[in-house]
Amino acid sequence: MSENLKPRDHAEVEEAIRWALAGDKTLEVVGRGSKRGIGRFAQWDATLDLSGLSGITLCEPAELVLSAKAGTPLTEIEATVAANGQELAFEPMDYGPLLGTTAGIGTIGGALSANLSGPRRIKAGAARDHFLGTKAVSGRGETFKAGGRVVKNVTGYDLCKLLAGSWGTLAALTEVTIKTLPRAETEQTVLLLKLDDRAAGKAMAAVMGSVADISAAAHVPAAAAARIADVGAAGGAVTAFRLEGVAPSVVHRKAALETLIAPFGALGILGEAPSRALWRAVRDVLPFAASGPAGVCVVWRISTAPSRGAEVGVALAERTQAEILYDWAGGLIWAALPSSDDAGARLVRPLVAAAGGHATLIRAPAAVRAKVDVFTPEPAELAALTKRVRESFDPRGVLNAGRMWAGV
Amino acid sequence: MPVAMPQSDAGVLARRAEIVAALERIVPGEGVIASDEAMRPYESDGLTAYRQLPMVVVLPETTEQVAAVLAYCHRQGVRVVPRGAGTSLSGGALPLGDGVLLGMAKFNRIRAIDFANRVAVVEPGVTNLAVSNAVAHAGFYYAPDPSSQIACTIGGNVAENSGGVHCLKYGVTTNNVLGCELVLMTGEIVRLGGAHLDAAGYDLLGVVTGSEGLLGVVTEVTVRILKKPESARAALIGFTASEDGGECVARIIAAGIIPGGMEMMDRPAIHAVEEFVHAGYPLDVEALLIVELDGPRPEVDHLLERVHEIAQQCGAVFYRASTSEEERLLFWAGRKAAFPAVGRISPDYYCMDGTIPRAKLPFVLQRMNELSVQYGLRVANVFHAGDGNLHPLILYDANKPGELDRAEAFGSDILRLCVEVGGVLTGEHGVGVEKRDLMPVMFSEADLNQQQRLKCAFDDQGLLNPGKMFPTLHRCAELGRMHVHAGRVAFPDLPRF
Repeated sequence: MSENLKPRDHAEVEEAIRWALAGDKTLEVVGRGSKRGIGRFAQWDATLDLSGLSGITLCEPAELVLSAKAGTPLTEIEATVAANGQELAFEPMDYGPLLGTTAGIGTIGGALSANLSGPRRIKAGAARDHFLGTKAVSGRGETFKAGGRVVKNVTGYDLCKLLAGSWGTLAALTEVTIKTLPRAETEQTVLLLKLDDRAAGKAMAAVMGSVADISAAAHVPAAAAARIADVGAAGGAVTAFRLEGVAPSVVHRKAALETLIAPFGALGILGEAPSRALWRAVRDVLPFAASGPAGVCVVWRISTAPSRGAEVGVALAERTQAEILYDWAGGLIWAALPSSDDAGARLVRPLVAAAGGHATLIRAPAAVRAKVDVFTPEPAELAALTKRVRESFDPRGVLNAGRMWAGV
Repeated sequence: MPVAMPQSDAGVLARRAEIVAALERIVPGEGVIASDEAMRPYESDGLTAYRQLPMVVVLPETTEQVAAVLAYCHRQGVRVVPRGAGTSLSGGALPLGDGVLLGMAKFNRIRAIDFANRVAVVEPGVTNLAVSNAVAHAGFYYAPDPSSQIACTIGGNVAENSGGVHCLKYGVTTNNVLGCELVLMTGEIVRLGGAHLDAAGYDLLGVVTGSEGLLGVVTEVTVRILKKPESARAALIGFTASEDGGECVARIIAAGIIPGGMEMMDRPAIHAVEEFVHAGYPLDVEALLIVELDGPRPEVDHLLERVHEIAQQCGAVFYRASTSEEERLLFWAGRKAAFPAVGRISPDYYCMDGTIPRAKLPFVLQRMNELSVQYGLRVANVFHAGDGNLHPLILYDANKPGELDRAEAFGSDILRLCVEVGGVLTGEHGVGVEKRDLMPVMFSEADLNQQQRLKCAFDDQGLLNPGKMFPTLHRCAELGRMHVHAGRVAFPDLPRF
């Protein structure tokens, strides 16, 4: 029976990790558990629940910064910045629907630790690009801070980048400072209808190389599109381009965009509300939600060069009947594969290696995640460096031990 | 002013001839420079107050040579200082008397331009501007634009995480690099990232960027290239008080506008620049803003109109929007010439680089004026107003005894002030040797120890660029030691369930 430690403040987090060190115990670090099912299957002696560290501690919209305790719900932060006409430009996705956990419960600490992003990744970056500073406790049980509370800072190593996407294996974050940015006044989405994946890839590349300055480009093949309310009626695949900004700019760029992509196929348009709904569905991969028809599938998240996206997606679809959803102009592939003993790893890994990039097994039963690598295995020199980096923060392997790779 | 560098290793210096010969075997031809006269150009970087001849200069041409040089130095316990174009303003490339200076200038090729994926793969010795020039024919550019962009190299930009005047909207180096090939001090070669957008495991590229040459030597960089905005217009806005200028910046951002560039100058800087460049700057103001909007013309015109309204609400006494590309460039010509312009009114100047929460600007400027009186040295300010990055230029005369020391003490006080108001020691120039001893103003010993432990993961003997960034050098074994309070198991106050 594992214990659940629920510290109320930073000092108690330090105390909990020192307790684990003294007793030679491992800790599972969680916020509110929205992404608990992601990672290599491992068991820990106790849970370090950071949801008790909650609350916004600094909000200065004119400085473009906000600080909060790590367990603060993202919904609370998003509501606060929205009230100031701002947003988290990295558009953090909610893994709840995909993993079958409760939607809307993620914390800011979790968003940063998983380096979340969304469709706007191609324009505004990921959580890493907006993570300005932190206070944390290392796996040594020692408090340290990194970064600052200003948007421009090169003082010392940029440890925030390293902590972003480290899945809680280096330190337990207790307080973080992030960059907030003005929210676009309006948005519209232009659609290309019924393209195949390769043609969609070419259309997206053409748009990305234009001055249309889109903030998102996704291709949703027919099966997935049928599960998204506002585009399902189109009766086929949709390739979507989001325009955000002030109205005169959106109007101008929409005209230019339509002229550019008209040769690729029939066009459609989504106004503000359906546009928001579509991008929410793409962001959270709703067509593959655990509660939907693809819920029985395993789900891979593949990051590759955008120009190689279609070839990877098409190969997976042809060989496994996988359903595919392309975001980031083809650079992010969500692939729902039929369940199997290796979750399709024998096919996915070489395909992605050939295209360049990496693949993460996001959704699969624990038994599969126990024997299949969840994160892409690294070459020997890099794996050794990763392990040394891990040990520089957590030499005993206390925090989320083995969540990313064996020993890391 | 002397800065304490790690004590030279007499054992290494005694083997100098042997080391030079070994390096000549690795990098044949003219790739090894060992005479004092020929090494002279390498004795300093952009922070010219500090000079030191290296033990030997090596200019490798291939990744394999870099790896062999580093592996040899690792085996022999020889220190290495990497160098790009030597434009660092913080002494990041200051040589060590017992160290190898590893010059990356021969890595000057653009290896690939991939418009389909909007990336360019370049060698680290390629200059920042050369990347933009190489893709300009297709309407693309590389966004980070440090003022030294004509000379500084991408390798140096990665080491220092360089910014520029457009980084509020387009990000600094770390937001615009996707991958690199990195040689570790052991000679091992690792690839980080690529043409894809996010890291596979730990974001090591993110921490190598801005590591000031202490973690590894970059031999190839994949950078993002962006489509050039369709148009750009700039406005000059003058205020009779710096508070009003600061308020205007805050309100522009509060209105949801992120300008492509937003620069501020104070009266001494405005006067120095106007006399030099004749850019049409008003001379009867205390603060001058340059606000540049870029994007499609309808957007630029629309937002510039809003900026004009905000400026009026903030009490602007001067407003002029560019109506032609020539006029826009003229507005910028002044700002871009700010450093040489200040150089005309003073024999020497010392450029500082702190960042502050913007709301503290009036207080910081006032304190700076008081310090200026106290030290008896003039100061001119240019300021990346959008992101709070301040560049005070302290005017002094190195030929007057004690003035350089006073300028440095004044500079240190300014940086302490930045930290005191919630800011940081450096926004874009790096710590190097210049701000090294001020690190404890911002970081505790525990903070710095954790950073140095990371250094140990990359460089276990502390051979790569030692004496930069950290005021105190610790041995890795000492840093790795754990002090666990065994037996403390009971935590009655910690809630569990």
